[in-house]
Amino acid sequence: MSAPLCKKEFFVQEFDFEHAGKAASDMRKLLMDYGFDQQIVRRLAIAAYEAEMNMVIHGFGGTLIMEINFEYIELVAKDNGPGISDLKLAMQEGFSTASDEIREIGFGAGMGLPNIKRCVNFLGIETKPGQGTVVTMRVDLGPDAI
Amino acid sequence: MNLYDIATKLDASILTPKLDLSRQVHCAYGADLLSDVLAFTRPSTLLLTGLINIQVVRTAEMAELGGIVVVRGKPVHRSLQELACACKIPLLRTRMTMFESCGRLYQSGIKPCIKDPGCECNVCPSV
Ligand SMILES: Nc1ncnc2c1ncn2[C@@H]1O[C@H](COP(=O)(O)OP(=O)(O)OP(=O)(O)O)[C@@H](O)[C@H]1O
Ligand SMILES: [Mg+2]
Repeated sequence: MSAPLCKKEFFVQEFDFEHAGKAASDMRKLLMDYGFDQQIVRRLAIAAYEAEMNMVIHGFGGTLIMEINFEYIELVAKDNGPGISDLKLAMQEGFSTASDEIREIGFGAGMGLPNIKRCVNFLGIETKPGQGTVVTMRVDLGPDAI
Repeated sequence: MNLYDIATKLDASILTPKLDLSRQVHCAYGADLLSDVLAFTRPSTLLLTGLINIQVVRTAEMAELGGIVVVRGKPVHRSLQELACACKIPLLRTRMTMFESCGRLYQSGIKPCIKDPGCECNVCPSV
């Protein structure tokens, strides 16, 4: 595999709701500055934001890594949180373990992972209880992407 | 209808006076669940919500919404106004309830948020 054209890392703090969303926002601005197609930027921004909020809320914080390649843009959200014990269940719309406090700020609908799936061309989740979660997302770049 | 007209219909105050309110709004979505907003809106949608935390503006930024109306006269913190301004998301506040706000806008011809017939993307909702 060839080296990425660009790679950026963004750090995400656990339960820091003041700054939550900053990583996805910074990433989005970068993609807009590069001049990527608006629909591609929107899909990546939504996927990044959902993954970031999951790290803030469920994953003890983590890192969001963006890589631009020739054929696709890849996002990796990596945390050392509690992991997901039943991934099939977690992928279902409406399943959530979020607390009432989290619901009060507008999250915990159990729509985040299904949302990500809708936005990306590839979604891979590696997780083990007690060992964290790695969410890999890719959006393909067509000929008109930039 | 543009955002000035919306403000008039809802007797709303404008919390981001520096932003351009002449942009057109065709559809709206009312929700207090942000993942629902991310899933079921399309660009330029107007969001009506009871949420007043920072994440509501972040959500609007990611989903490229046309503006936010805070309903039921909830107090909006300065930091939210500043972030909305920085993200170029117009922010309005009305004393009306969610029900009345949505009802008035619907009556004025604002549509629910559904997919454009010609749109082939797999992101905007196909309800
Ligand atoms: N990074 C993570 N670490 C640990 N658990 C996670 C992580 N991401 C998701 N989960 C688990 O999967 C469930 C479903 O996630 P999903 O993002 O779909 O919904 P949610 O975060 O609960 O609510 P929403 O995304 O609608 O605000 C979560 O409630 C949580 O139990
Ligand atoms: Mg989530």
